[in-house]
Amino acid sequence: MEIFGLAFMQRALLAAVLCGLAAPAVGTYLVQRRLALMGDGIGHVAVTGVALGLLTGASPTWTAVVVAVLGATLMELIRERGHTNGDVALALLFYGGLAGGILLTGLGGQSTSRLQQFLFGSITTISASDVWVTLVLALVVVAVCVGLAPQLFAVAQDQEFAQVAGLRVRGYNLLVAVLAAVSVTVAMRTVGLLLVSALMVVPVATAQQLTRSFRTTLAAAMVIGMLASVGGLSLSALAPAGTTVAPGPTIVLLALAGFVVTWPVGAWLRHRQRLVAPFEPVVPTGHETTGPHTDHQHGPDCGHVAVEHGDHLDYVHGGHRHAPHGEHYDEH
Amino acid sequence: MRDVSHPVELVSGAVAIGGRPVLRGVDLTVAAGEFVALMGANGSGKSTLVKALVGLRPLVTGELRLFGTPLDSFASWERVGFVPQRQGATSGVPASVWEVVASGRLSRRRLFRLLSSADRAAIDDALAVVGLTHRARDGISQLSGGQQQRALIARALAAEPELFFLDEPTAGVDLPHQQGLADALTELKARGATIVLVAHELGPLAPLVERSVVMRDGRVVYDGAPLGDVAVHDPHLGDALERGHHHRSGEVHDHAPHIGSPLDRG
Repeated sequence: MEIFGLAFMQRALLAAVLCGLAAPAVGTYLVQRRLALMGDGIGHVAVTGVALGLLTGASPTWTAVVVAVLGATLMELIRERGHTNGDVALALLFYGGLAGGILLTGLGGQSTSRLQQFLFGSITTISASDVWVTLVLALVVVAVCVGLAPQLFAVAQDQEFAQVAGLRVRGYNLLVAVLAAVSVTVAMRTVGLLLVSALMVVPVATAQQLTRSFRTTLAAAMVIGMLASVGGLSLSALAPAGTTVAPGPTIVLLALAGFVVTWPVGAWLRHRQRLVAPFEPVVPTGHETTGPHTDHQHGPDCGHVAVEHGDHLDYVHGGHRHAPHGEHYDEH
Repeated sequence: MRDVSHPVELVSGAVAIGGRPVLRGVDLTVAAGEFVALMGANGSGKSTLVKALVGLRPLVTGELRLFGTPLDSFASWERVGFVPQRQGATSGVPASVWEVVASGRLSRRRLFRLLSSADRAAIDDALAVVGLTHRARDGISQLSGGQQQRALIARALAAEPELFFLDEPTAGVDLPHQQGLADALTELKARGATIVLVAHELGPLAPLVERSVVMRDGRVVYDGAPLGDVAVHDPHLGDALERGHHHRSGEVHDHAPHIGSPLDRG
Protein backbone atom coordinates (compact mmCIF):
# COMPACT_ATOMS: atom_id res chain seq x y z
CA MET A 1 0.00 0.00 0.00
CA GLU A 2 2.95 2.34 0.58
CA ILE A 3 3.19 2.66 -3.21
CA PHE A 4 0.32 5.16 -3.08
CA GLY A 5 2.48 7.48 -0.98
CA LEU A 6 5.09 7.82 -3.71
CA ALA A 7 5.12 11.04 -5.73
CA PHE A 8 5.09 9.35 -9.15
CA MET A 9 2.09 7.26 -8.14
CA GLN A 10 0.16 10.27 -6.90
CA ARG A 11 0.85 12.06 -10.17
CA ALA A 12 -0.30 8.99 -12.06
CA LEU A 13 -3.52 8.80 -10.01
CA LEU A 14 -4.27 12.47 -10.66
CA ALA A 15 -3.72 11.97 -14.40
CA ALA A 16 -5.93 8.87 -14.32
CA VAL A 17 -8.81 10.73 -12.64
CA LEU A 18 -8.66 13.54 -15.20
CA CYS A 19 -8.41 11.30 -18.27
CA GLY A 20 -11.16 9.12 -16.92
CA LEU A 21 -13.45 12.15 -16.73
CA ALA A 22 -12.46 13.92 -19.95
CA ALA A 23 -12.32 11.05 -22.45
CA PRO A 24 -15.90 9.74 -21.93
CA ALA A 25 -17.25 13.33 -21.83
CA VAL A 26 -16.14 13.87 -25.44
CA GLY A 27 -16.83 10.23 -26.27
CA THR A 28 -20.53 10.72 -25.49
CA TYR A 29 -20.83 13.28 -28.27
CA LEU A 30 -18.87 11.07 -30.68
CA VAL A 31 -21.12 8.08 -29.94
CA GLN A 32 -24.17 10.31 -30.32
CA ARG A 33 -22.95 11.24 -33.82
CA ARG A 34 -22.29 7.54 -34.55
CA LEU A 35 -18.58 8.34 -34.85
CA ALA A 36 -17.45 5.94 -32.14
CA LEU A 37 -14.24 5.13 -34.00
CA MET A 38 -13.22 8.73 -34.59
CA GLY A 39 -11.15 8.72 -31.39
CA ASP A 40 -9.26 5.74 -32.78
CA GLY A 41 -8.60 7.63 -36.01
CA ILE A 42 -7.33 10.67 -34.15
CA GLY A 43 -5.14 8.38 -32.04
CA HIS A 44 -3.48 7.04 -35.20
CA VAL A 45 -2.90 10.55 -36.54
CA ALA A 46 -1.43 11.64 -33.20
CA VAL A 47 1.32 9.01 -33.63
CA THR A 48 2.82 11.28 -36.28
CA GLY A 49 2.61 14.17 -33.82
CA VAL A 50 4.47 12.22 -31.14
CA ALA A 51 7.14 11.16 -33.65
CA LEU A 52 7.56 14.77 -34.76
CA GLY A 53 8.16 15.73 -31.15
CA LEU A 54 10.70 12.95 -30.67
CA LEU A 55 12.45 13.90 -33.92
CA THR A 56 12.67 17.63 -33.26
CA GLY A 57 13.22 17.47 -29.51
CA ALA A 58 10.02 19.38 -28.82
CA SER A 59 7.59 18.12 -26.20
CA PRO A 60 5.75 15.13 -27.77
CA THR A 61 2.61 16.07 -25.84
CA TRP A 62 2.34 19.44 -27.55
CA THR A 63 3.28 18.26 -31.04
CA ALA A 64 0.70 15.49 -30.60
CA VAL A 65 -1.94 18.05 -29.61
CA VAL A 66 -1.20 20.15 -32.69
CA VAL A 67 -1.12 17.27 -35.17
CA ALA A 68 -4.20 15.61 -33.63
CA VAL A 69 -6.18 18.86 -33.78
CA LEU A 70 -5.19 19.34 -37.43
CA GLY A 71 -6.11 15.73 -38.23
CA ALA A 72 -9.44 15.96 -36.43
CA THR A 73 -10.31 19.20 -38.22
CA LEU A 74 -9.47 17.61 -41.56
CA MET A 75 -11.64 14.58 -40.71
CA GLU A 76 -14.53 16.85 -39.75
CA LEU A 77 -14.21 18.80 -43.01
CA ILE A 78 -14.17 15.56 -45.03
CA ARG A 79 -17.25 14.39 -43.13
CA GLU A 80 -19.01 17.70 -43.68
CA ARG A 81 -18.52 17.46 -47.44
CA GLY A 82 -20.61 14.33 -47.09
CA HIS A 83 -18.89 12.28 -49.78
CA THR A 84 -20.33 8.82 -50.04
CA ASN A 85 -16.85 7.37 -49.56
CA GLY A 86 -16.10 9.56 -46.54
CA ASP A 87 -15.10 6.55 -44.47
CA VAL A 88 -12.49 5.59 -47.04
CA ALA A 89 -11.04 9.11 -46.89
CA LEU A 90 -10.89 8.81 -43.09
CA ALA A 91 -9.16 5.43 -43.35
CA LEU A 92 -6.51 6.98 -45.63
CA LEU A 93 -5.88 9.60 -42.96
CA PHE A 94 -5.63 7.01 -40.14
CA TYR A 95 -3.05 4.87 -41.88
CA GLY A 96 -1.13 7.88 -43.14
CA GLY A 97 -0.83 9.05 -39.54
CA LEU A 98 0.35 5.70 -38.19
CA ALA A 99 2.82 5.04 -41.01
CA GLY A 100 4.14 8.59 -40.86
CA GLY A 101 4.76 8.26 -37.14
CA ILE A 102 6.68 5.02 -37.41
CA LEU A 103 8.74 6.32 -40.32
CA LEU A 104 9.62 9.57 -38.52
CA THR A 105 10.65 7.67 -35.38
CA GLY A 106 13.03 5.56 -37.47
CA LEU A 107 14.46 8.63 -39.20
CA GLY A 108 15.15 10.24 -35.86
CA GLY A 109 17.20 7.24 -34.84
CA GLN A 110 14.86 6.59 -31.93
CA SER A 111 14.04 3.03 -31.14
CA THR A 112 10.39 2.15 -31.36
CA SER A 113 10.42 1.48 -27.62
CA ARG A 114 10.28 5.24 -27.01
CA LEU A 115 7.28 5.44 -29.33
CA GLN A 116 5.78 2.47 -27.53
CA GLN A 117 5.40 4.55 -24.36
CA PHE A 118 2.89 6.62 -26.28
CA LEU A 119 1.31 3.77 -28.22
CA PHE A 120 0.53 1.71 -25.13
CA GLY A 121 0.75 4.32 -22.38
CA SER A 122 3.19 4.72 -19.53
CA ILE A 123 1.28 6.52 -16.86
CA THR A 124 3.83 5.88 -14.15
CA THR A 125 6.59 7.73 -16.00
CA ILE A 126 4.54 10.90 -16.25
CA SER A 127 6.50 13.99 -15.13
CA ALA A 128 5.31 16.82 -12.92
CA SER A 129 5.06 19.24 -15.85
CA ASP A 130 3.13 16.67 -17.89
CA VAL A 131 0.64 16.37 -15.05
CA TRP A 132 0.03 20.11 -15.18
CA VAL A 133 -0.56 20.01 -18.93
CA THR A 134 -2.91 17.05 -18.50
CA LEU A 135 -4.72 18.83 -15.68
CA VAL A 136 -5.34 22.03 -17.61
CA LEU A 137 -6.32 20.34 -20.89
CA ALA A 138 -8.64 17.87 -19.16
CA LEU A 139 -10.35 20.59 -17.16
CA VAL A 140 -10.92 22.61 -20.35
CA VAL A 141 -12.39 19.55 -22.10
CA VAL A 142 -14.72 18.73 -19.18
CA ALA A 143 -15.82 22.36 -18.74
CA VAL A 144 -16.69 22.75 -22.43
CA CYS A 145 -18.39 19.35 -22.70
CA VAL A 146 -20.58 20.00 -19.67
CA GLY A 147 -21.06 23.76 -20.03
CA LEU A 148 -22.04 23.64 -23.70
CA ALA A 149 -23.96 20.37 -23.32
CA PRO A 150 -27.33 21.79 -24.53
CA GLN A 151 -25.78 23.21 -27.71
CA LEU A 152 -23.54 20.22 -28.45
CA PHE A 153 -26.44 17.86 -27.81
CA ALA A 154 -28.74 19.74 -30.19
CA VAL A 155 -26.16 19.90 -32.98
CA ALA A 156 -25.35 16.20 -32.73
CA GLN A 157 -29.01 15.21 -32.42
CA ASP A 158 -30.30 17.05 -35.50
CA GLN A 159 -27.93 19.24 -37.46
CA GLU A 160 -30.55 20.83 -39.73
CA PHE A 161 -32.80 21.73 -36.83
CA ALA A 162 -29.88 23.22 -34.90
CA GLN A 163 -28.96 25.39 -37.87
CA VAL A 164 -32.51 26.71 -38.21
CA ALA A 165 -32.45 27.42 -34.46
CA GLY A 166 -29.61 29.83 -35.23
CA LEU A 167 -26.71 27.74 -33.86
CA ARG A 168 -23.36 27.88 -35.69
CA VAL A 169 -23.39 24.21 -36.55
CA ARG A 170 -20.03 24.16 -38.31
CA GLY A 171 -18.33 25.83 -35.37
CA TYR A 172 -19.76 23.31 -32.91
CA ASN A 173 -18.79 20.39 -35.16
CA LEU A 174 -15.22 21.64 -35.32
CA LEU A 175 -15.28 22.22 -31.55
CA VAL A 176 -16.19 18.56 -30.94
CA ALA A 177 -13.41 17.46 -33.30
CA VAL A 178 -10.88 19.65 -31.49
CA LEU A 179 -12.09 18.45 -28.07
CA ALA A 180 -11.73 14.86 -29.23
CA ALA A 181 -8.19 15.55 -30.42
CA VAL A 182 -7.26 17.20 -27.13
CA SER A 183 -8.68 14.40 -25.02
CA VAL A 184 -6.87 11.81 -27.16
CA THR A 185 -3.57 13.49 -26.34
CA VAL A 186 -4.57 13.90 -22.71
CA ALA A 187 -5.28 10.19 -22.42
CA MET A 188 -2.35 8.96 -24.49
CA ARG A 189 0.01 8.87 -21.50
CA THR A 190 -2.56 6.91 -19.49
CA VAL A 191 -3.83 4.20 -21.82
CA GLY A 192 -1.81 4.84 -24.97
CA LEU A 193 -2.81 6.05 -28.40
CA LEU A 194 -3.91 2.64 -29.62
CA LEU A 195 -6.32 2.15 -26.70
CA VAL A 196 -7.45 5.73 -26.14
CA SER A 197 -10.66 5.27 -28.09
CA ALA A 198 -11.68 2.54 -25.63
CA LEU A 199 -11.71 5.03 -22.76
CA MET A 200 -13.86 7.36 -24.90
CA VAL A 201 -16.39 4.78 -26.04
CA VAL A 202 -16.62 1.87 -23.60
CA PRO A 203 -17.85 3.93 -20.59
CA VAL A 204 -20.54 5.46 -22.82
CA ALA A 205 -21.63 2.05 -24.08
CA THR A 206 -21.76 0.84 -20.46
CA ALA A 207 -23.71 3.86 -19.22
CA GLN A 208 -26.36 3.68 -21.92
CA GLN A 209 -27.26 0.12 -20.94
CA LEU A 210 -29.05 1.60 -17.95
CA THR A 211 -29.90 5.18 -18.88
CA ARG A 212 -32.76 6.72 -20.82
CA SER A 213 -31.69 10.36 -20.98
CA PHE A 214 -28.67 12.08 -22.46
CA ARG A 215 -27.65 13.94 -19.32
CA THR A 216 -27.56 10.83 -17.14
CA THR A 217 -25.62 9.02 -19.88
CA LEU A 218 -23.03 11.79 -19.97
CA ALA A 219 -22.68 11.91 -16.18
CA ALA A 220 -22.64 8.14 -15.74
CA ALA A 221 -20.06 7.68 -18.53
CA MET A 222 -17.75 10.18 -16.82
CA VAL A 223 -18.08 8.42 -13.46
CA ILE A 224 -17.54 4.99 -15.04
CA GLY A 225 -14.53 6.27 -16.98
CA MET A 226 -12.97 7.67 -13.83
CA LEU A 227 -13.62 4.50 -11.81
CA ALA A 228 -12.15 2.30 -14.55
CA SER A 229 -9.14 4.52 -14.93
CA VAL A 230 -8.32 4.80 -11.20
CA GLY A 231 -9.26 1.15 -10.58
CA GLY A 232 -7.11 -0.11 -13.44
CA LEU A 233 -4.12 1.89 -12.27
CA SER A 234 -4.53 0.70 -8.68
CA LEU A 235 -4.85 -2.93 -9.75
CA SER A 236 -1.64 -2.72 -11.77
CA ALA A 237 0.16 -1.02 -8.88
CA LEU A 238 -0.97 -3.69 -6.42
CA ALA A 239 0.09 -6.56 -8.65
CA PRO A 240 2.44 -8.94 -6.81
CA ALA A 241 6.12 -8.22 -7.23
CA GLY A 242 7.70 -9.99 -10.17
CA THR A 243 4.70 -9.72 -12.48
CA THR A 244 4.31 -6.88 -14.96
CA VAL A 245 0.75 -5.59 -15.15
CA ALA A 246 0.64 -2.66 -17.57
CA PRO A 247 -1.79 0.06 -16.42
CA GLY A 248 -3.15 0.98 -19.88
CA PRO A 249 -4.57 -2.42 -20.84
CA THR A 250 -5.74 -3.01 -17.25
CA ILE A 251 -7.81 0.19 -17.39
CA VAL A 252 -9.36 -0.77 -20.71
CA LEU A 253 -10.09 -4.35 -19.66
CA LEU A 254 -11.65 -3.11 -16.41
CA ALA A 255 -13.89 -0.75 -18.42
CA LEU A 256 -14.87 -3.64 -20.69
CA ALA A 257 -15.60 -5.79 -17.65
CA GLY A 258 -18.01 -3.09 -16.53
CA PHE A 259 -19.76 -3.34 -19.88
CA VAL A 260 -19.94 -7.14 -19.68
CA VAL A 261 -21.55 -6.87 -16.24
CA THR A 262 -24.12 -4.19 -17.18
CA TRP A 263 -25.05 -5.47 -20.62
CA PRO A 264 -27.22 -8.39 -19.43
CA VAL A 265 -28.97 -6.03 -17.01
CA GLY A 266 -29.62 -3.56 -19.84
CA ALA A 267 -30.77 -6.31 -22.18
CA TRP A 268 -33.15 -7.64 -19.51
CA LEU A 269 -34.52 -4.14 -18.81
CA ARG A 270 -35.13 -3.50 -22.52
CA HIS A 271 -36.79 -6.91 -22.91
CA ARG A 272 -38.99 -6.19 -19.89
CA GLN A 273 -39.90 -2.78 -21.30
CA ARG A 274 -41.02 -4.32 -24.59
CA LEU A 275 -43.16 -6.89 -22.76
CA VAL A 276 -45.08 -4.36 -20.67
CA ALA A 277 -45.47 -1.72 -23.41
CA PRO A 278 -49.20 -0.91 -23.53
CA PHE A 279 -51.30 -2.63 -26.22
CA GLU A 280 -53.12 -0.47 -28.76
CA PRO A 281 -56.44 0.49 -27.12
CA VAL A 282 -58.49 -1.43 -29.69
CA VAL A 283 -61.11 -3.70 -28.14
CA PRO A 284 -62.00 -6.86 -30.09
CA THR A 285 -65.46 -6.77 -31.62
CA GLY A 286 -66.59 -10.24 -30.58
CA HIS A 287 -66.90 -11.50 -27.02
CA GLU A 288 -64.75 -14.60 -26.87
CA THR A 289 -64.28 -16.01 -23.41
CA THR A 290 -61.40 -18.19 -22.25
CA GLY A 291 -61.56 -21.70 -20.99
CA PRO A 292 -62.09 -22.01 -17.21
CA HIS A 293 -59.22 -20.83 -15.02
CA THR A 294 -60.18 -23.10 -12.12
CA ASP A 295 -56.68 -23.44 -10.71
CA HIS A 296 -55.47 -19.90 -11.40
CA GLN A 297 -56.64 -16.42 -10.51
CA HIS A 298 -55.01 -13.59 -12.52
CA GLY A 299 -53.91 -10.73 -10.31
CA PRO A 300 -51.00 -8.48 -9.39
CA ASP A 301 -48.98 -11.41 -8.01
CA CYS A 302 -50.08 -14.18 -10.37
CA GLY A 303 -46.73 -14.30 -12.14
CA HIS A 304 -48.04 -13.44 -15.61
CA VAL A 305 -47.05 -10.22 -17.38
CA ALA A 306 -49.81 -7.64 -16.97
CA VAL A 307 -50.01 -5.17 -19.87
CA GLU A 308 -52.04 -1.97 -19.99
CA HIS A 309 -54.78 -2.19 -22.62
CA GLY A 310 -57.05 0.84 -22.78
CA ASP A 311 -58.79 1.05 -19.38
CA HIS A 312 -57.84 -2.42 -18.07
CA LEU A 313 -54.99 -4.91 -17.84
CA ASP A 314 -54.44 -7.91 -20.13
CA TYR A 315 -52.65 -10.91 -18.60
CA VAL A 316 -50.28 -12.49 -21.11
CA HIS A 317 -49.64 -16.23 -21.05
CA GLY A 318 -49.28 -19.02 -23.58
CA GLY A 319 -49.73 -16.68 -26.56
CA HIS A 320 -53.03 -15.32 -25.21
CA ARG A 321 -54.11 -12.00 -23.77
CA HIS A 322 -56.65 -12.56 -21.00
CA ALA A 323 -58.73 -9.62 -19.75
CA PRO A 324 -60.74 -10.07 -16.53
CA HIS A 325 -64.47 -9.75 -17.19
CA GLY A 326 -66.67 -10.36 -14.17
CA GLU A 327 -66.15 -13.99 -13.11
CA HIS A 328 -64.34 -15.09 -16.29
CA TYR A 329 -61.67 -13.89 -18.71
CA ASP A 330 -62.04 -12.55 -22.25
CA GLU A 331 -59.63 -13.24 -25.11
CA HIS A 332 -58.23 -9.87 -26.20
CA MET B 1 -38.51 49.20 -43.87
CA ARG B 2 -42.11 48.33 -44.52
CA ASP B 3 -44.74 48.69 -41.88
CA VAL B 4 -46.42 45.36 -42.47
CA SER B 5 -44.07 42.59 -43.51
CA HIS B 6 -45.19 39.11 -44.36
CA PRO B 7 -43.53 36.20 -42.54
CA VAL B 8 -42.29 34.75 -45.84
CA GLU B 9 -41.56 36.61 -49.08
CA LEU B 10 -39.69 34.79 -51.80
CA VAL B 11 -39.28 36.52 -55.16
CA SER B 12 -38.13 34.55 -58.23
CA GLY B 13 -36.13 32.14 -56.08
CA ALA B 14 -33.92 29.52 -57.73
CA VAL B 15 -32.04 26.67 -56.02
CA ALA B 16 -29.39 24.44 -57.56
CA ILE B 17 -28.17 21.17 -56.06
CA GLY B 18 -24.79 19.97 -57.25
CA GLY B 19 -24.84 22.56 -60.04
CA ARG B 20 -28.17 21.43 -61.46
CA PRO B 21 -31.06 23.88 -61.21
CA VAL B 22 -33.80 22.32 -59.09
CA LEU B 23 -36.15 25.17 -58.23
CA ARG B 24 -36.68 27.88 -60.82
CA GLY B 25 -38.63 31.12 -60.67
CA VAL B 26 -40.48 30.41 -57.44
CA ASP B 27 -42.52 33.28 -56.02
CA LEU B 28 -44.15 32.64 -52.68
CA THR B 29 -45.58 35.06 -50.16
CA VAL B 30 -47.16 33.76 -46.99
CA ALA B 31 -49.23 36.18 -44.94
CA ALA B 32 -49.34 36.13 -41.15
CA GLY B 33 -51.73 33.49 -39.81
CA GLU B 34 -52.02 31.57 -43.09
CA PHE B 35 -52.00 27.76 -43.25
CA VAL B 36 -50.34 26.80 -46.53
CA ALA B 37 -49.88 23.26 -47.83
CA LEU B 38 -46.97 22.74 -50.24
CA MET B 39 -47.88 19.74 -52.32
CA GLY B 40 -46.58 17.79 -55.27
CA ALA B 41 -45.18 14.44 -56.32
CA ASN B 42 -41.87 13.01 -55.08
CA GLY B 43 -39.02 15.00 -56.56
CA SER B 44 -41.19 18.01 -57.39
CA GLY B 45 -39.03 20.22 -55.16
CA LYS B 46 -41.40 20.86 -52.28
CA SER B 47 -38.93 19.80 -49.56
CA THR B 48 -36.14 21.70 -51.31
CA LEU B 49 -38.33 24.80 -51.27
CA VAL B 50 -38.89 24.50 -47.51
CA LYS B 51 -35.16 24.01 -46.94
CA ALA B 52 -34.50 27.12 -49.01
CA LEU B 53 -37.07 29.07 -46.99
CA VAL B 54 -35.29 28.26 -43.70
CA GLY B 55 -31.84 28.93 -45.14
CA LEU B 56 -30.62 25.32 -45.34
CA ARG B 57 -30.33 25.54 -49.14
CA PRO B 58 -28.79 28.71 -50.57
CA LEU B 59 -30.63 30.60 -53.31
CA VAL B 60 -28.78 30.91 -56.61
CA THR B 61 -30.90 33.89 -57.55
CA GLY B 62 -33.92 35.60 -56.09
CA GLU B 63 -34.61 37.32 -52.84
CA LEU B 64 -35.92 35.81 -49.63
CA ARG B 65 -37.20 37.88 -46.74
CA LEU B 66 -38.38 36.46 -43.40
CA PHE B 67 -40.51 38.90 -41.42
CA GLY B 68 -39.31 41.63 -43.77
CA THR B 69 -35.60 41.00 -43.14
CA PRO B 70 -33.37 39.64 -45.93
CA LEU B 71 -32.23 36.11 -45.03
CA ASP B 72 -28.55 37.08 -44.85
CA SER B 73 -29.17 39.51 -42.02
CA PHE B 74 -32.02 37.57 -40.38
CA ALA B 75 -31.13 36.63 -36.80
CA SER B 76 -34.47 36.21 -35.01
CA TRP B 77 -34.49 32.44 -35.45
CA GLU B 78 -36.63 32.03 -32.32
CA ARG B 79 -39.52 33.31 -34.49
CA VAL B 80 -39.13 30.34 -36.85
CA GLY B 81 -40.00 26.76 -35.95
CA PHE B 82 -38.72 24.00 -38.22
CA VAL B 83 -39.91 20.39 -38.12
CA PRO B 84 -37.60 18.35 -40.38
CA GLN B 85 -38.42 14.93 -41.75
CA ARG B 86 -38.46 12.38 -38.99
CA GLN B 87 -35.22 10.47 -39.56
CA GLY B 88 -33.39 12.73 -37.09
CA ALA B 89 -35.34 11.82 -33.96
CA THR B 90 -32.94 9.22 -32.57
CA SER B 91 -29.15 9.17 -32.28
CA GLY B 92 -26.39 6.96 -30.94
CA VAL B 93 -26.98 7.89 -27.29
CA PRO B 94 -30.31 7.68 -25.46
CA ALA B 95 -32.17 10.98 -25.12
CA SER B 96 -35.40 11.60 -23.26
CA VAL B 97 -38.40 13.19 -24.94
CA TRP B 98 -38.01 16.15 -22.58
CA GLU B 99 -34.38 16.68 -23.62
CA VAL B 100 -35.22 16.61 -27.33
CA VAL B 101 -38.05 19.10 -26.82
CA ALA B 102 -35.83 21.27 -24.57
CA SER B 103 -33.24 21.52 -27.38
CA GLY B 104 -35.85 23.53 -29.29
CA ARG B 105 -35.54 26.25 -26.69
CA LEU B 106 -31.88 26.94 -27.60
CA SER B 107 -32.69 29.77 -30.01
CA ARG B 108 -33.85 31.76 -26.98
CA ARG B 109 -31.10 30.69 -24.56
CA ARG B 110 -27.71 32.28 -23.98
CA LEU B 111 -24.50 30.26 -23.65
CA PHE B 112 -23.56 28.76 -20.26
CA ARG B 113 -26.93 29.65 -18.69
CA LEU B 114 -29.26 27.27 -16.91
CA LEU B 115 -32.89 26.94 -17.98
CA SER B 116 -35.05 29.75 -16.65
CA SER B 117 -38.55 29.13 -15.31
CA ALA B 118 -39.93 30.67 -18.51
CA ASP B 119 -37.92 28.10 -20.51
CA ARG B 120 -39.31 25.25 -18.42
CA ALA B 121 -42.86 26.54 -18.75
CA ALA B 122 -42.52 26.78 -22.55
CA ILE B 123 -41.15 23.22 -22.74
CA ASP B 124 -43.98 21.87 -20.58
CA ASP B 125 -46.54 23.73 -22.67
CA ALA B 126 -45.06 22.39 -25.92
CA LEU B 127 -45.29 18.84 -24.56
CA ALA B 128 -48.89 19.43 -23.50
CA VAL B 129 -49.94 20.75 -26.92
CA VAL B 130 -48.80 17.56 -28.65
CA GLY B 131 -50.16 15.35 -25.85
CA LEU B 132 -46.83 13.86 -24.75
CA THR B 133 -46.63 15.21 -21.19
CA HIS B 134 -46.92 11.68 -19.75
CA ARG B 135 -44.04 10.44 -21.96
CA ALA B 136 -41.62 13.29 -21.13
CA ARG B 137 -39.18 11.08 -19.16
CA ASP B 138 -39.23 8.20 -21.63
CA GLY B 139 -36.53 7.72 -24.22
CA ILE B 140 -37.36 9.18 -27.62
CA SER B 141 -36.59 5.86 -29.28
CA GLN B 142 -39.36 4.19 -27.25
CA LEU B 143 -42.02 6.31 -28.96
CA SER B 144 -43.92 5.20 -32.05
CA GLY B 145 -43.31 6.99 -35.37
CA GLY B 146 -46.32 9.25 -34.96
CA GLN B 147 -45.33 10.14 -31.40
CA GLN B 148 -41.75 10.91 -32.48
CA GLN B 149 -43.17 13.24 -35.11
CA ARG B 150 -45.23 14.98 -32.44
CA ALA B 151 -42.12 15.28 -30.24
CA LEU B 152 -40.36 17.04 -33.12
CA ILE B 153 -43.30 19.43 -33.43
CA ALA B 154 -43.06 20.11 -29.69
CA ARG B 155 -39.34 20.81 -30.12
CA ALA B 156 -40.14 23.49 -32.72
CA LEU B 157 -42.93 24.79 -30.51
CA ALA B 158 -40.67 25.18 -27.45
CA ALA B 159 -39.11 28.38 -28.83
CA GLU B 160 -42.63 29.86 -29.13
CA PRO B 161 -42.23 30.75 -32.82
CA GLU B 162 -44.72 32.61 -35.00
CA LEU B 163 -43.89 30.79 -38.21
CA PHE B 164 -43.77 27.01 -38.63
CA PHE B 165 -42.29 24.94 -41.43
CA LEU B 166 -43.18 21.25 -41.33
CA ASP B 167 -41.52 18.88 -43.80
CA GLU B 168 -43.71 15.83 -44.48
CA PRO B 169 -45.00 15.39 -40.92
CA THR B 170 -47.48 12.73 -42.03
CA ALA B 171 -45.00 10.53 -43.92
CA GLY B 172 -45.05 7.01 -42.54
CA VAL B 173 -47.59 7.86 -39.83
CA ASP B 174 -50.81 5.81 -39.72
CA LEU B 175 -54.24 7.44 -39.80
CA PRO B 176 -55.09 7.46 -36.06
CA HIS B 177 -51.75 9.11 -35.30
CA GLN B 178 -52.20 11.57 -38.17
CA GLN B 179 -55.32 12.66 -36.30
CA GLY B 180 -53.15 13.38 -33.24
CA LEU B 181 -50.92 15.51 -35.46
CA ALA B 182 -53.94 17.33 -36.83
CA ASP B 183 -55.10 18.11 -33.27
CA ALA B 184 -51.72 19.62 -32.41
CA LEU B 185 -51.72 21.73 -35.59
CA THR B 186 -55.29 22.88 -34.91
CA GLU B 187 -54.11 24.18 -31.55
CA LEU B 188 -51.17 26.00 -33.20
CA LYS B 189 -53.46 27.57 -35.76
CA ALA B 190 -55.84 28.71 -33.02
CA ARG B 191 -52.89 30.49 -31.39
CA GLY B 192 -52.40 32.51 -34.57
CA ALA B 193 -49.29 30.76 -35.91
CA THR B 194 -48.37 30.92 -39.60
CA ILE B 195 -47.90 27.40 -40.91
CA VAL B 196 -46.22 26.11 -44.06
CA LEU B 197 -46.64 22.37 -44.39
CA VAL B 198 -45.05 20.05 -46.94
CA ALA B 199 -47.28 17.09 -47.60
CA HIS B 200 -47.57 14.29 -50.05
CA GLU B 201 -51.13 13.65 -48.94
CA LEU B 202 -53.12 15.75 -46.52
CA GLY B 203 -55.38 13.12 -44.95
CA PRO B 204 -56.85 14.41 -41.65
CA LEU B 205 -54.95 17.70 -42.08
CA ALA B 206 -57.10 18.69 -45.08
CA PRO B 207 -59.71 20.73 -43.14
CA LEU B 208 -56.96 22.96 -41.71
CA VAL B 209 -55.48 23.99 -45.05
CA GLU B 210 -56.42 27.45 -46.32
CA ARG B 211 -54.25 27.54 -49.42
CA SER B 212 -52.56 24.95 -51.59
CA VAL B 213 -49.33 25.52 -53.47
CA VAL B 214 -48.55 22.72 -55.90
CA MET B 215 -45.02 22.12 -57.16
CA ARG B 216 -44.10 20.22 -60.27
CA ASP B 217 -40.57 19.80 -61.59
CA GLY B 218 -39.24 22.66 -59.47
CA ARG B 219 -41.88 25.20 -60.42
CA VAL B 220 -45.11 26.32 -58.80
CA VAL B 221 -47.96 25.14 -61.02
CA TYR B 222 -50.86 26.06 -58.77
CA ASP B 223 -51.36 28.55 -55.96
CA GLY B 224 -54.84 29.06 -54.64
CA ALA B 225 -57.78 27.49 -52.86
CA PRO B 226 -57.17 24.11 -51.14
CA LEU B 227 -57.08 21.10 -53.45
CA GLY B 228 -57.96 17.51 -52.74
CA ASP B 229 -55.27 14.80 -52.74
CA VAL B 230 -56.35 13.61 -56.19
CA ALA B 231 -56.60 17.02 -57.86
CA VAL B 232 -52.97 17.77 -56.94
CA HIS B 233 -51.77 15.01 -59.26
CA ASP B 234 -53.92 16.07 -62.22
CA PRO B 235 -51.32 16.45 -64.99
CA HIS B 236 -53.16 19.42 -66.49
CA LEU B 237 -53.31 21.29 -63.21
CA GLY B 238 -52.03 24.80 -63.65
CA ASP B 239 -52.80 25.02 -67.35
CA ALA B 240 -55.46 27.56 -66.52
CA LEU B 241 -53.14 29.42 -64.16
CA GLU B 242 -51.89 32.58 -65.83
CA ARG B 243 -48.16 32.15 -65.81
CA GLY B 244 -47.47 33.96 -69.05
CA HIS B 245 -46.00 32.29 -72.10
CA HIS B 246 -45.29 28.66 -71.47
CA HIS B 247 -44.63 25.99 -74.09
CA ARG B 248 -46.14 22.63 -73.56
CA SER B 249 -45.02 19.65 -75.53
CA GLY B 250 -48.37 17.98 -75.11
CA GLU B 251 -47.01 14.84 -73.51
CA VAL B 252 -46.63 14.66 -69.77
CA HIS B 253 -43.39 13.21 -68.54
CA ASP B 254 -42.78 11.52 -65.24
CA HIS B 255 -40.70 13.42 -62.69
CA ALA B 256 -40.33 10.65 -60.17
CA PRO B 257 -36.83 9.12 -60.22
CA HIS B 258 -36.59 6.27 -62.65
CA ILE B 259 -36.21 2.83 -61.18
CA GLY B 260 -33.04 2.25 -63.21
CA SER B 261 -30.99 4.35 -60.78
CA PRO B 262 -32.54 3.66 -57.39
CA LEU B 263 -29.47 4.72 -55.41
CA ASP B 264 -29.06 8.19 -56.92
CA ARG B 265 -30.13 11.05 -54.71
CA GLY B 266 -33.25 12.87 -55.76
